[in-house]
Amino acid sequence: MSDIESKRPLSPHLTIYKPPVTMVVSIIHRITGAGLYFGILLIAWWLVAAASGEVYFNYATAFMNSIFGHLILFGFTWALIQHLLGGIKHLFWEMGYGFEKESSKKIAWATLAGSALLTIAIWLAGYAVN
Amino acid sequence: MVELTLPKKSRLTPGKTWPKPVGATNLREYHIYRWSPDDDKNPTVDIYFVDMDDCGPMVLDGLLWIKDNIDATLTLRRSCREGICGSCAMNIDGNNTLACTKGVEEVGGVVKVYPLPHMKVVKDLVADMTNFYAQHEAIQPWLQTKSPEPQKEWLQSHEDREELDGLYECILCACCSTSCPSYWWNSDRYLGPAALLQSYRWLADSRDEATGERLDDLEDPFRLYRCHTIMNCTQDCPKGLNPAKAIANIKKLMVERKI
Repeated sequence: MSDIESKRPLSPHLTIYKPPVTMVVSIIHRITGAGLYFGILLIAWWLVAAASGEVYFNYATAFMNSIFGHLILFGFTWALIQHLLGGIKHLFWEMGYGFEKESSKKIAWATLAGSALLTIAIWLAGYAVN
Repeated sequence: MVELTLPKKSRLTPGKTWPKPVGATNLREYHIYRWSPDDDKNPTVDIYFVDMDDCGPMVLDGLLWIKDNIDATLTLRRSCREGICGSCAMNIDGNNTLACTKGVEEVGGVVKVYPLPHMKVVKDLVADMTNFYAQHEAIQPWLQTKSPEPQKEWLQSHEDREELDGLYECILCACCSTSCPSYWWNSDRYLGPAALLQSYRWLADSRDEATGERLDDLEDPFRLYRCHTIMNCTQDCPKGLNPAKAIANIKKLMVERKI
């Protein structure tokens, strides 16, 4: 590379680019995917607690039932549903549907609205049963 | 590789605010990325004011007005001024598009103009396109045949010709590839939406007989499969084409030939 070429700056990217909703949902899909690992760990911990006796199980359940525990579980539910809807979206994409400029944006918004509604519905149902 | 921040010498610093044109009442503020190889300074964002009563309606008109009336050193590529040459591709108001077909009216508030994202800058709004063109060459964008040559031209039915609609119109402006985060992080190995759309243009051509070889060349974790359907390419294409769909069609061909 000549001296003049190596001097060339890199033009700004993330900081100046206005992300379309499809890009935002793509990033959310990755983050929720990573978040699910922690959620599954939490479930595994709860199962281990159940296996290791009543005292520890009661402790784990009390933690899950605390406000903090509910907040974490609520977030986990949302991450799960958002990632699930994203997965269904990807399934249609694999088959070649939903790629048009406008429809892809609508589908992205639909996964956001759908995950919010479903998460709230699941928790309302959960509280109703309790 | 993912690098969220710019290298030190690429970081933006405050620039110069140029004086407002005397006597003008209908002003529009432009913030424009500037960098010159002639000194050792970091890139800056300069502020200009354009007299809209003396200037055409497109962003390109504004840039040329600045060049003519305020600062002749402002550097950009442009040619046809009607969206067919692809030269004036740049980032305007946060999205990649052609300055000549982007109306100033479409932009709310300050008109922010940057070069195509994540590219080496030659000067101001001019990006180095060497790698982008090399990738286009790499997909061998010409008709390849094995059958004996016909006496006249290679014939094609109207239906087969229609398969190329939405593909042949690409003007290689690079708006799509430089909008793609996968391309930002991996442009050394991922071909990017523009080259892949061009590749599909030849895969979809009923006259082309190198489909197998073309797919072999793309069977690679990076060249094709770095597309994660983020869809910025399709959102930004100033010609209304759909590179994301073309890439999905290539992926489908890959699966189909294995069955």
